[in-house]
Amino acid sequence: MTAVEERTGQIGQARLRKEDQHLITGRTTWVDNMTVPGMVHLAILRSPMAHATITSIDTSEAKARPGVIGVWTGQDFAETQGNLPCAWPVTPDMVNPGAPSLAVTQVNHVGEAVAVIAARTKVAAQDALEAIDVEYEPLPAVMDMEEAVKDGADLVHPNTTSNKSFTWAFESGAAGTGAPIEDALSAAEVTVTRRFIQQRLIPAFMEPRSTLVQPVGDGVLMHSSTQVPHILRTMLALTLGIPEHKVRVVAPDVGGGFGGKIPVTPEEVITTLVARKLGKPAKYTESRSESLMSAHHGRAQIQDITITAKSDGTVTGLDVHLYADMGAYLRLVGPGVPILGAFMFPGIYKFPAYRFVCDGVFTTKTSTDAYRGAGRPEATFAIERIMDELAAELGMDPMELRRKNWITHEEFPYTMVAGLTYDTGNYEAATDKALELMGWDELRAEQKQRRDSKDPVQLGLGISTFTEMCGLAPSRVLGSLDYGAGGWESAHIRVLATGKVECVTGASAHGQGHETAFSQIVADKLGVAFEDVEVIHGDTQSSPKGLDTYGSRSLAVGGIAIVKAAEKVVAKARKIAAHLLEADENDVEFENGNFSVKGSPGASLALGEIAFATFTAHNLPDGVEPSLDSDAVYDPENFSFPHGTHLCAIDIDTETGQAKIRKYVCVDDVGTPVNPLIIEGQVHGGLAQGIAQALFEEAVFDADGNLTTGTFVDYTLPSAADLPSFITDRTETPSTSNPLGVKGVGEAGTIASTPAVVNAIVDALRPFGVNDIRMPATPERVWRAIHGSAHAGRAEAGTNAYGGSSTETSDGGNA
Amino acid sequence: MTKINVTVDGTKYADEVEPRTLLVHYLREQVGKVGTVVGCDTSNCGACTVDLDGKSVKSCSVLAVQADGCEVTTIEGLQAQDGTLHPMQQAFHEHHGLQCGYCTPGMIMACRDLLKNNPDPSEAEIREGIEGNLCRCTGYQNIVKAVQAAAKAGVSA
Repeated sequence: MTAVEERTGQIGQARLRKEDQHLITGRTTWVDNMTVPGMVHLAILRSPMAHATITSIDTSEAKARPGVIGVWTGQDFAETQGNLPCAWPVTPDMVNPGAPSLAVTQVNHVGEAVAVIAARTKVAAQDALEAIDVEYEPLPAVMDMEEAVKDGADLVHPNTTSNKSFTWAFESGAAGTGAPIEDALSAAEVTVTRRFIQQRLIPAFMEPRSTLVQPVGDGVLMHSSTQVPHILRTMLALTLGIPEHKVRVVAPDVGGGFGGKIPVTPEEVITTLVARKLGKPAKYTESRSESLMSAHHGRAQIQDITITAKSDGTVTGLDVHLYADMGAYLRLVGPGVPILGAFMFPGIYKFPAYRFVCDGVFTTKTSTDAYRGAGRPEATFAIERIMDELAAELGMDPMELRRKNWITHEEFPYTMVAGLTYDTGNYEAATDKALELMGWDELRAEQKQRRDSKDPVQLGLGISTFTEMCGLAPSRVLGSLDYGAGGWESAHIRVLATGKVECVTGASAHGQGHETAFSQIVADKLGVAFEDVEVIHGDTQSSPKGLDTYGSRSLAVGGIAIVKAAEKVVAKARKIAAHLLEADENDVEFENGNFSVKGSPGASLALGEIAFATFTAHNLPDGVEPSLDSDAVYDPENFSFPHGTHLCAIDIDTETGQAKIRKYVCVDDVGTPVNPLIIEGQVHGGLAQGIAQALFEEAVFDADGNLTTGTFVDYTLPSAADLPSFITDRTETPSTSNPLGVKGVGEAGTIASTPAVVNAIVDALRPFGVNDIRMPATPERVWRAIHGSAHAGRAEAGTNAYGGSSTETSDGGNA
Repeated sequence: MTKINVTVDGTKYADEVEPRTLLVHYLREQVGKVGTVVGCDTSNCGACTVDLDGKSVKSCSVLAVQADGCEVTTIEGLQAQDGTLHPMQQAFHEHHGLQCGYCTPGMIMACRDLLKNNPDPSEAEIREGIEGNLCRCTGYQNIVKAVQAAAKAGVSA
C-alpha cells in the first residue's frame, strides 16, 4: 500500500503539540534557568594548546580572587575522576587510552578542560579564570589522519604505540552475505573510484549544555541538558563509583540535541566532583564558544570508495575504506558511528559483493561522536554520489541507473549484502511521486536549453534515493557489534482512579514531540481522550527505566513498548469488566474505551468505570490485584527502514560561484504516520541540517589545531534567508517489523539531502569538466571548480575558513 | 554598581547593576525573567531578543545600564492578563513553528517586530527579516508559515 490513507482515531491526526504552551510563553525549565539555595557557579579553564604537556599550574592567585570558593585541577581529581566512558569497543583490540574529564598531565585538543573554579557568582568564577597560570610544553599537533597512521608519526597519546584506535572490517564473501569482493573487482567491466571528504560538523543544538548537581545524602541529584538521562545515570555511577541507586538524573526541558547531548561529558563529571567536594549544589553552563570547541563534533571521515559494474549498468561490487577521525578521545559511542554506516553504504541497491574497512584514528582535535544520522549520512552520501559518477562514466541517466539496481517492491523482505533484512519498501512509488512533484522532465528540458544558450546561471538536478536503518536497535544485533548496552525501550501505563492516564516512557525528548505522539497512541489503544493522557519522561526517579532518545528510536521502539503496555492494561481491564458484567471474559469486547458483552446491548462499562472499580477494589475477581497498571519492555527484532526519494534543483551562477536551491522535493516513506505535522517538522529540520553540510557548515582547524570556526560568526548555521521552502510528501509502506507499522523520521532529512544537493551542483558543473566538489560547496569552491586548474595554486593558499590549505591538511586529500 | 530603573513586562524595578552587566543577564539573574535565554556569545543567534522601548533588540548586545528608564517586554509579557496568547504565540503553536523551543522566545519577539514594521511581508521579506535569529530544529519553514498566518490575521503589534 502506498496511498496516504484517511484515518479515524488519534493515530494519523496532525494534532497540535502538547509541548508548546510553556515553550511559547517562556515558562521553561532549561537547566540554566534553575537556581537552588547555596548553589555555587563553575567556570572551566580550557587549553589554548592542541597538544602539550602540562608542566605546572598555579592556582593560588585565582583562589584569592573575590567570591572564589575553590579551584581544582586534574591533579586534584586524578584519583577520583575515572575515565569518561566509551560504551562501544568496536573491536576486541580497540585502543582506548582513557579520557580524563580534567586533563592531568597532558592536553590533547584545544578546549580540553584544565581547571575548574567554583565561585559565589558566575562572573566571579569567570573573572578568576585569567588568574590561573598554566605552563605548557608544546607537543606537535596531529591533524592529518593519513599522516597520523604512518609509521613514526607523532603520537597523540604517549601510552599508545599508534594513532590507530581500531580497524573494523566486513567482507561479504567472508561473512557469507555475498560474493568475494576481490572477484568483483577483478571481473569488473567498469570501475569508478572516488575519494569523498565528510567534513567535520558541529551538532550546534541551540541550548548550550548545562548541568546542576545537588549532593543528596550520600548520592547526587543531577539536572542536565542531556538526551540520555538513563544512560547517564548508569555511566556516572560506573565512572565515579557512586552506587547507581544513589544517582538520580533529570533531563528537564532540553533544547535540542541531534546526537550532541548523548555522551557523558567532562563537564557533568567535573560538576559532580565539585558538588561532592563542597557538599553544595554546583552549576556549570557552557558558553557557545566553549560548546563549539569542546562539545563533540560529527562526521569527519575520508571515504575511499570503488564501485564496479557491468557495462550495462548492473552493479557488481562496492569497496569502501574509511578513515574516521575520533579526535583526541573516544566518546560514548564515537567508534560505533562509522560502524553503523558500514551497513548503509550499499543503500537500496542489489550489490552482490561488498567490503568495508574502517580505521579509527586519533588526532589532536575535538572528539567526535554521534551527530544526526550518525554514520548513515556519511554512507548515504558516498553511495548516492558514486552512483551519479558511475552513471556519468556509463553515459546513463542517473535515475535509470538507480532503477536498474534498486530492490523492487516485490522483492521485499530482502537481505542485502551487508546482512540486513529490509522488511518493506517501495522505492518506485516514492520516486514516481517525487519526479511528478518536481516537474523533473520540464526541468531537464530547461537545463538543456540553458546549457545550449550558455546561460551564465546554470541549472543542476540532483537525486538521492536512500534508505536508513532506524529504530535502534535489536539488542542481539548490538551485542554482535560489541555495543555495551541493549536497544530495548520501556513503558509503564497507569489508569488513575478518575480514568485519566499516565504514560511513563524511557524515551527522553528534547524537541521531538513525544508527549503529543505518545498521547495519540495511548488515546487510541485505550480509547481515552488525547487530553486525558499525561506522558512522563526524562527523570530516572519517575521514569526509572529506559534507553533514551537517539537513532530515530523513540517511536519505532518506545512507541511499541507503549502499545504493549496498553494491551496489557486492556487485558486486565477486560478481566475485571467480565467480572463486573457477570459475563465470560471471552464474550467481552473492547472498542473505543468501552467494554461490552457480545449479544447483550446495554451491558457495558467504560475504562474509567473499571479504573474506579479497581481503585475502590470492593468487588474484583479473585486473585486480581487492585491496580490498572502495566509495564512493558520492547526489544525490536529488526531495525526499521525508512526510505525516500529526494530531488534538488539548484541554480549555479557561474560568474560568482553562488549556488542557490531553486526547488527541493522529497517524498519520504516513514511507514504509518502517527502525527503528520510532527513528521513534516522533523523532515524540514533534517533537510536544513543536511543541506547545511552540503553548502554552509564546516568545523575548520588550522595547522596548529585551533578551531578557527569557533563562534557562530564562522560556524555558519543557515538562517531562514539561506533556505528555500521545501515540498515534502509521503508514501506509506508500513513496516512489517512492528505492530504500528512505523519506521521513525528523526534523521531522514539529514541523511538524504546532502547528496541530493551535491549531485545537483556536480550535475550543473559536469559540462565544465567537474566531477566532484568539496563540501561545503561555498561560492569560492564552486567558482574555482568552474575555472579549473589555472586557479589551483590560489586554492591552495585560500582562506582556511573555506577550505584552503589548512582544511586540506587537516582532513587529508584535496578536491 | 549603578542604579537603574527599568519597567519589565509592566512591572517597575529599581536595581543596582555592575556597569558591565548585559541586559540579558540582568533580566535572567536579577529580574528572574528566565524565559529569555542565551544561545551564543557573539550576538548571532537572537535567542535573547526582547523589546526595548518598542524596538526589537538582542539583549546580549545591550548593557543593563542602557535600559535605565526604559520599558522592556519579554516573551513572558506577551500573554494578555486573562492568559490569552499573543497572536504570534498562537500562530507558532498552530503551525508547528517550534520543536525544542529554545530559540522560540527570541524568534517570536523578532517575528512580532517584523510585522510591526511590515504588516504584509512576502516570504522573502520574512526570511530576510528573521535572519538574525537562528533555529536548529525547524528548518524555518513552519516559522515562516506562522508569520504568514499572523500577518493574514492582521497582527501588527
